[in-house]
Amino acid sequence: MTGEESALGLVFGGDPALFAIVRLSLSVSLGATVLAALLGAPLGALLALSRFPGRQAIVVALNALMGLPPVVIGLAVYLLLSRSGPLGSWGLLFTPTAMVITQTMLVLPIIAALTRQIVEDLWLEYRDELAAMGVGPLRRVRTLLWDARFSLVTAVLAGFGRAAAEVGSILIVGGNIEGFTRTMTTAIALETSKGNLPLAMGLGMILLCIVLAVNVAAWGVRQFGTRFEH
Amino acid sequence: MQAFPENSTELPIRFEGVSVHISGTIILRDVSLDIAAGAPTVLVGPNGSGKTTLLRAAMGLVQPVSGSISWGGRQHVSPLRRALVFQRPLMLRRSVADNLRYALATAGVPRRERGARIAALLDLVGLRELAERPAPRLSGGERQRLALARALARQPAVLFLDEPTASLDPAATLAIEELVRKVSAGGVKVIMATHDLGEAARLAGEVVLLHQGSVVESGPVDQVLRNPATEAARRFITGQLLL
Repeated sequence: MTGEESALGLVFGGDPALFAIVRLSLSVSLGATVLAALLGAPLGALLALSRFPGRQAIVVALNALMGLPPVVIGLAVYLLLSRSGPLGSWGLLFTPTAMVITQTMLVLPIIAALTRQIVEDLWLEYRDELAAMGVGPLRRVRTLLWDARFSLVTAVLAGFGRAAAEVGSILIVGGNIEGFTRTMTTAIALETSKGNLPLAMGLGMILLCIVLAVNVAAWGVRQFGTRFEH
Repeated sequence: MQAFPENSTELPIRFEGVSVHISGTIILRDVSLDIAAGAPTVLVGPNGSGKTTLLRAAMGLVQPVSGSISWGGRQHVSPLRRALVFQRPLMLRRSVADNLRYALATAGVPRRERGARIAALLDLVGLRELAERPAPRLSGGERQRLALARALARQPAVLFLDEPTASLDPAATLAIEELVRKVSAGGVKVIMATHDLGEAARLAGEVVLLHQGSVVESGPVDQVLRNPATEAARRFITGQLLL
């Protein structure tokens, strides 16, 4: 049996270990993306609408954070959560929670920076009308986030893509423990180094399918959303 | 027909020596003007004469560098008592009905009353059939009618309209003018900018002619259009270029 056949056998044979890995990967990446969206979208919108000294510096820093190397974030979270670190007593290192934290930190700047840009562009269009209606600051943020919802889906999916494909930071804070913190990307890295190519390839195929499905869904949402644009 | 509020407490609107500068350019120059209750007041004048800026100043969207604007003798007016329909109104990225729902929500109308109010407003502006259509998909005339309904959702005492029929075809223009008459007859003070003298003649009770940021002439429509007192007004009314 070739490597490809073994890989397909694992995927379609319903291998429980493989699907446990897929389940954990999805829950970590989705959890991190949801958290980052809940925090990042309002933050980005507030930054888009507010004017204060040093704002430009924050915008530039936020844009720069989009390219932050995952291993650096992994290292920072590791230092925070390690036994001698400030949050060591929480006992989170090498748990899925630590992986969600590190991926949230990775995805948050992406969602916040893209939201800032999308909302700022929309604000130029909406500013006069909302001012004439006497709309207050909080409702402005809600209005702009809602009316930019189809564009924001793309921002959130960009964040999910980053989380799902990422390996460096979760390897550091998760430890790649079998049956506990092993995800698709960390398993692929490990199995490849061990020479177990069928499992690595099977996981790779599933990961590709997930990313493809997510992007098809994003395209569908965007297509629907164009009905509401000028 | 929707019930509109009495407009007595916000009127007259008094502009006293109002000057507005934008990016160092004088847009309004020492404008003094009284706008009283009654039939629509129509601001006419060529492009760049300051019509839009006068409306924006009255809405508080631009701040005068000097002078003051008072409402029935008071310096402050509730934002709910005045509304502006822009020349190119923004369509919120949601359905026609939800655009109205939004305006009602911002005006503090209780949720349980919104459905009936939306239905009444859609009937008023003739958009009932398009209630669920995404607003950005409407035609120019439909957009203006929705924007008018959205402004009326706030039940303003004073309604400012900035060139509401610019770039509309005659049928859409007629529909908007009918609505303006209906709204005005309902007790809302309409103050409208246009560069179309025919429209001013059809709708106005009073006309204000602006030129280069100043009021050149104002008074009852018949008087200003038939017997202009100034050379600038005469040139504008007879269709000569007013530079």
